[in-house]
Formats: sequence, structure tokens, C-alpha cells
Amino acid sequence: MKVIIPKEIRPAERRVAATPQTVMRLCKLGLEVVVQAGAGAAMDLSDAAYQEAGARIESDVRALWSQAGVVLKVRPPEEHHVLGMHEADLLPENSVLISFVWPAQNRALLDRLCARKVTVLAMDCVPRITRAQKMDALSAMANIAGYRAIVEAASCYPRFFAGQITAAGRVDPAKVLVIGAGVAGLAAIGAARSLGAIVRAFDPRPATRDQVKSMGAEYLEVGMHESGEGAGGYAKEMSSAFVQAEMALFAAQAMEVDIIVTTALIPGKPAPRLITAGMVESMKPGSVIVDLAAEQGGNCAMTRPGEIATHKGVTIIGFTDLPGRMASLASQLYGSTVAALLEELWNEARLVIDTSDQVIRGALVVHEGQLTWPPPPLPMASPPPEPGVAVRATRTEEHAGAEKAEEARPGAGTAIWIVLAAVAMLAVGWWAPPSFMGHFTVFVLACFVGWQVVWNVKPALHTPLMSVTNAISGIILIGGILQLGGGEGWAPKILGAIAVLIAAINIAGGFLITQRMLAMFRRQS
Amino acid sequence: MPQTLVTVAYIAASALFILSLGGLSRQESARRGNILGIVGMLIALGTSIASLGSAWTAQGIIALAAALVPGVAVGAVIARRVQMTAMPQLVAILHSFVGAAAVLVGIATYLGEHRPMNEAEMLIHLVEIFAGVCIGSITFTGSVIAFAKLQGTLSGKPLILPARHAINLVMLAVTVWLGIWFCRADGHAGLTPLLIAVAITGILGVHFVMAIGGADMPVVVSMLNSYSGWAAAAAGFMLENDLLIITGALVGSSGAILSYVMCRGMNRSFISVIMGGFGAQEGSAPAGGTPAGEVRSVDVPRTVEMLRHARSIVIVPGYGLAVAQAQHGLAEVTRILRDLGIQVRFAIHPVAGRLPGHMNVLLAEASVPYDIVHEMEEINHTLPETDLVLVIGANDIVNPSAEDDPASPIAGMPVLQVWKARTVIVMKRGMASGYAGVDNPLFYRQNTLLLFGDARKNVDSLLAALRG
Repeated sequence: MKVIIPKEIRPAERRVAATPQTVMRLCKLGLEVVVQAGAGAAMDLSDAAYQEAGARIESDVRALWSQAGVVLKVRPPEEHHVLGMHEADLLPENSVLISFVWPAQNRALLDRLCARKVTVLAMDCVPRITRAQKMDALSAMANIAGYRAIVEAASCYPRFFAGQITAAGRVDPAKVLVIGAGVAGLAAIGAARSLGAIVRAFDPRPATRDQVKSMGAEYLEVGMHESGEGAGGYAKEMSSAFVQAEMALFAAQAMEVDIIVTTALIPGKPAPRLITAGMVESMKPGSVIVDLAAEQGGNCAMTRPGEIATHKGVTIIGFTDLPGRMASLASQLYGSTVAALLEELWNEARLVIDTSDQVIRGALVVHEGQLTWPPPPLPMASPPPEPGVAVRATRTEEHAGAEKAEEARPGAGTAIWIVLAAVAMLAVGWWAPPSFMGHFTVFVLACFVGWQVVWNVKPALHTPLMSVTNAISGIILIGGILQLGGGEGWAPKILGAIAVLIAAINIAGGFLITQRMLAMFRRQS
Repeated sequence: MPQTLVTVAYIAASALFILSLGGLSRQESARRGNILGIVGMLIALGTSIASLGSAWTAQGIIALAAALVPGVAVGAVIARRVQMTAMPQLVAILHSFVGAAAVLVGIATYLGEHRPMNEAEMLIHLVEIFAGVCIGSITFTGSVIAFAKLQGTLSGKPLILPARHAINLVMLAVTVWLGIWFCRADGHAGLTPLLIAVAITGILGVHFVMAIGGADMPVVVSMLNSYSGWAAAAAGFMLENDLLIITGALVGSSGAILSYVMCRGMNRSFISVIMGGFGAQEGSAPAGGTPAGEVRSVDVPRTVEMLRHARSIVIVPGYGLAVAQAQHGLAEVTRILRDLGIQVRFAIHPVAGRLPGHMNVLLAEASVPYDIVHEMEEINHTLPETDLVLVIGANDIVNPSAEDDPASPIAGMPVLQVWKARTVIVMKRGMASGYAGVDNPLFYRQNTLLLFGDARKNVDSLLAALRG
């Protein structure tokens, strides 16, 4: 079966549905790949590179299409002005088209495709479930768009993103507001954070809160609770009260932030209008808005799709081709999602459209001339962890303890000290009477025990240690008691009584203050 | 009470004391450790009283009660009333009590009766008394001076007399000579040299603590802690009481370890601390030249904003925090920041404060959970990934010249490498140098901002702004 990769005909579209790398994957399946001459020229991929990967090059467009079993494209089929006919009409009967289709916006195209008796798999309709992640072309493109949005914003923004303190004065960091924390929003957060900006993000779906935080942004909330969780990883339309609250939030933020990136889309509907002309005017001069929803009408009132507009000193970027601006990466990622879908379809050297497969059923918009869109609903919770978006894991401090444990304890001392100690011990042994030696043994052993035990005390507990040892050293009170209780004569008894008095202060004070201190030490709840 | 039973009780008390110190190795077991210590003490006291049995006279018992009850009462009141910031003073004054008790017990023992002894035993006995009394006397006066310095009654600056080492040596020599006189005296005639020795060693204690600067106080307090133990051990020898010996030895080695830890925290030898005079050469520029440059100051609203936008914050408290009594406000600031999802940790330098572990106690008092309070070695290597470091009332322990400038007086002292963090905010009253009298190049670093003003006021306004 032949797989053809035509050159995209939309002006300024530089992407292509396969790169030499993905061609190799297709060839491995046993597919014959034919690439239109010059398909990758816009991103400096030569025909020779495709040939090397195993593809055949065809320069005649009609001949190319006529032999197609499977057509891989990026953009939906459209009018081919050079040939004077529609790409859909070039599709041979019973062939399979895999591309972005946007069925909700392109009903006429769907009818046209049905009439051609072909099968169409829409990359934009691949369900966003975990198993289908490798086929999720939308996430792959959104990831690029989010990153590129920040790059475009940075090139228009006349200041640093990161705050700096230089000898020439302090530069405050840029403040970035990202509306919508889908794949594009998260990618934008990541890019803006790594440039050093302060990033805030808003999304009506509470499940995005942790994702936003994990990317290092502040999660903004409106004062009310309404889950915006819709099907398939999108937000649903919110109640009017909620919309009012979020508009108030955006209005307040607009006055504060330097850059706004909007990514709000609701499937099958025009993009919600979130940034009004008034909000744009309230922004600081030099501020930048990047509207990723420009193609669906834009989240910002002042967006001009496909262009850079300026309004009262604020730049509004409405590019609709952000992934195309990074064409070779976009083609690479798109191509590999397409290849992954083909791998899924390819079964024992045949292309099998298994309509019981959730993923394939979702992507299937036209099946052998029959309209199969929209598919039966597929309820979904929060979006899966986005491919390609590196979610920074929070660092743990686990290894900190391990290094510390290596802390060396002091050695027994230098040789000189050992010799001195030995001499002293010998002297004691030589001179001291036997009655002394018993006590001396006890003393030396007690020193060693104390030394061993106290080294285990945590530095955090050194103050309690001191107060406990303080209390314990009040044991000298025994000396006073022995004087009071035994023997004759007043002088020793008076001295002993005073000793008992002050040592008792020590004992009671020391133990009680320790108890008080230790009661204060608390773990975090 | 038979002597064997007394011995068994003493063994039990000693074991309980050891377990008590062992229990302090972890926060979880620390309170049980303290209880074990109390039990041990009760056993010891009960046994000591009972061991004398029929030797007790009515007056003796009355005198005992008259001394014991008020003593316990006073101790309990002090323990209840003392501020946590005043812990160093309290510990110091308690040391002085042990020292005084050792002196009294020593003199009383000399004046009282003793069992018949041969000549060698008698000599040892007298040496024990003399040594115990002298150590007790040094502990007593030294601790009183330490108390006065910590309390602020006396200036924290070292008092440097000319030829002070010679003075100390002379006093030591005289004491030794008095000791010889004392051992040779017949009957109770040795009382004169003993009392003179008490006076001289007392002056020695005063002089030697006077010469030590405020920053070295943790070492001095630990060392006096050690001395009080040795004094108790000496009393044990003269009374031939093993329990006193064991307890004294435990306390003595504990204090020695603490002194060692403190010295290591400052990269100074024990001897050099004892010699005193550190921090005297105030204002003298290090050989590397005074770090010139401008300091950048910051105000409270801006600090609040930076705190809010940081992902990880490390707070480095120092003695200034204790002086300003700002720990409660700081704990509240910490709680609010943690509720915002910001990682907040505390970094404690071994010699922060005026007592080993002083900062930990202050933070615990303010209900900062102890598992976010870290030691220097635990946290230093994570500072480069930290967004913001807040230094409050600390100076020498965050001074980069300890690492960079071999000519600095604090060269080689391990310090918290706060300058490696993205931003450092130092809360300071003014541009004065720390206790070590060393200028701090940290303040002139590009990523350092200074928040001037009283620590208490600044923490309170941070708190107000964070709540608002």
C-alpha cells in the first residue's frame, strides 16, 4: 500500500506531514512511501534526505495523488489553485486521508469527502486519553505554540523577563499572565518561568491547579467555586456569574502584568472573548498580548488573526501559525503522531479500521463515504499528563541527611595526648591508695559513657541538653545532705544546708525548664 | 538502709541519668528522657536521705526541709517565668549555683568528720577537696560574669588587661602553692589557705570570662557547663560517692562535647577561645581591604512581594532575632508563606545565638515545626537552588569572607553560604559589624538587599502586609 505525502499548499505553511525520520518508521511497517518533490523544502529538508530514508519522490502532483492508498497531510484539504481543483477531489476512491480536519468548522469539506467515498481520520479528533498520547497531535502542536508564544512575546517586549540587580540599577522581573492551563498554557508557563518572569495562570478547571504550581506559576482563583471541567480535556462554558468574576480578575491583572498569553478555546465554538478593549488600554505601554485563540476569533477584542496589531502602545500578537514558525520541530512531532496512528491501524500487513477501538473511532470522521462524526460521547476527567511538557518534579531533600551522616567524629586525639594520658594513668596506679582506684574506675568509665551518649544528641536539642545536665549536676545536693545528716559541729551543717538550698534550685529549675522547652518542639501537622 | 541497697539504688539512678541523656538524641524521645532524669534524681535523693538512717537528728531533718523546700519552690518559679530568649542567662546562673554548692560542700567536708584514713588516703582526700573547691569557685564566679554579660548588665566586649596571661599564670601558681600549704596543714589549720584559694580562683574565674567576647559566649557557657560537672565529680571523690562521680563525669563530658562543637562551628581551637580577646580589634580592616561598594536597601512592601513570589525561602535567624523577640512574628510569617504553598525552611548555624541550640528553642517556642528547621550541613548544599534567603539578626555566620579571605579573622569558619541563593534579604539595624568585628562583604553583593530597621518592627510590618 502506498502512503503519499503531498506538499502543503496553504501559503506560508512550512510544515509537512512526514520527515525522513518518520518516513523510516513507515517504511519499517512495510509501507511504500511517496513524497512530493520539494515537500520539505520550506524547512530545508531535501528530497534526497527523504529518498535516503526510503521514500520515492514524485514531482507530478496528479500522479502522486492518483496512486495514494493513504494520504498524510497537515492542513485539511483545500482548493489547489495551481491545478484548479480541490484536494478532496484528488483523493482516489477508497483511500484513507489522515490530517487535521476540524470537522466542526468544516462541514462543507466533510460532505465533499463523503462524496469521494473515502475514509478520513482527523488528527484533531484523536481522543485525549492516556493510551492515545503518542497520537496526540494537538498537544504536540499546542506545546510548540505555547513555547513560541513566549518567544514572540519576548521579541516584542522591550524589557528583560528576569529581574536583575545591576550596578546600573534594579530591573523588575516581567509579570506574565497565562489564561488557560492546557498544554499550550503550561508550555507558555514553563518558557516564561525559564526566562525568569513571574508567572500567574488562570484556568477554570480546578484540576489544573497542581499542574500550574508544578510549572512554577502562581494559580489565580476567582472568589467562587464552579468546576469548569468539560469533556476531553477542555473547559466547558461557564455560568454568567463566573464569567463576570473572571472578567473582574482579568481586568485587575491587566493593570498589573506586562504580558498576557491567552489560550482559551471551547471545542466547536468561537473562542471566548476574555480581554476587552478597555483591559488592553489599561495595560502598561509596551505590554504584549499573545492570543493563541486568534484562529478561532481570538480571546482578545483587539486581535487581528495572523497579524501583529498595536493598540494604545500594547502589542497584540495574533499569529495563527505559531507551530509553523518552528516548522521542522512541528513536522517532526506531527509526523511521529501520524506514524503512531498508522502503526495502530496497520494490522498483519493491512490497514484495518477497527471501529470498536475507542481511539480510532474518535478520530474517524468519514468511514468509506459515511459521515461518522461526531463520535459517541467519551466522558473524560482532567487532561492526561501532557507529552512533551516537562513537568518539573519537586525536589526532595532526602539526600541531605545521607551526606551529613558522614560527619567525622573527633579521633582519640594525637599520639602526644595518648602518651600523656598513659603516663598519668600509670602515676595514678603507682601512687594512689586502693580505696581511690574503685572510684577512679567509675569516673573514667562514666566519662566514656557520657562522651558516647552525648555525641548522639541532635544539635537542635543542645539547649535542653544543657538544662538537663544542669539539673543533673544538682546532684551535688547529696553532698549537702550527707553533711546535714551526719557528724557533729555546726559549721559543716550550715554550709551543707546552703548547698542543699541552691542545688535544689538547680534541680527543680533545670528539670522543669527542660520539660517546658521540650513541650514546645512540634512536628509539622 | 544497708550499704548494698544504697549501691543498687545509686546504680539505678546512674542508669536513669544515662538513659536521660540518651533520650535527648531525638525530639520524639526527649521528653521521656527528661522524665527518666527526674525519676533518677528522686531515687538518688531518697536513697541519700535514707542511707543516713538513724544518724538524722530532728534539727537535721528540719534544716534539710527548710533548705530543700524553698530551693525547689524558687527553681519551679524561675522555670515557669523565664523567657526563652533569656535561656542563656538562666543556664549560666544555674551553673554558678552548682559551682557555689561545690565550694560549700568542699569546705563543709573539710570541716566535718571523715572516716579513719592512712597517710596516702588522707593526702588524696585533701587534694580532692582542694581541687573540687577551686573548680567550684572558678565555675561560680565565671558563671556569674557570664550571666551578667548575657543579661547585658556587663558589656559583651572583652576586657583585655595588659599582661593578662601572666596574671592568670601567677594566680594559678599561687593557687598551687596554697594547695601544698593546705595539704601539709594539721587539723583544720588548712582552712586559711583553702579560703584564700577560693578567693583567688574566684578572681581567676571573673578575669577569664571578662576577657571573652560576646560571640564566644556559647563556648564559655558550654565550658562552664563542663566545669560544673567536674566540680560535682570532685565532690563525689571527696565524699567517696560513686553516684556523684558518675553524674559529674556525664555532665563534664557533655559540656566538653558542646564546647568542642561550638569551637568547630567557629573554626577556632578551644585554647584560642579560652585565651579570650576575640572581637577586640573592632574596626581594624582585614588585610584584603575593606569591601567597598554600595549597599542596596529594600522596603517592606517590596520584600513582601519578593517573599510571595519566591518558590523556596530559607530563613537564617541569629542572636538579633532573640534580642528583638521577633520569633513569634516570624513564625506567623512562616505559616502564612507556607499556606501559600511556598517552601520555607530555617537554617541554623551551630553558633547562632548565645547558647548551643538556642535558635531551635526560640523557634520551637514560637511553634515553628522542628522538621523545617535544619542544621547548616543539611541545608548549605541546597542554597544555590533557593529563591530567597532572609537573614534576620545574623552577621558573622553568613559572612563570605570566612571562605574567600584568608586574612579575615574568621577565615575558615564554616558559614551558611547564603550568597549562593538567587536573592538575599538581610534585616539589619544599621551597618555595624557583628560580634567578631569583621566587615561583611555579603552586604555589598549584587544579589543582596538590606532591609534596615528594628527586626521586631520589620517582622511585624511584613506580617501585617502579608495578612492585608
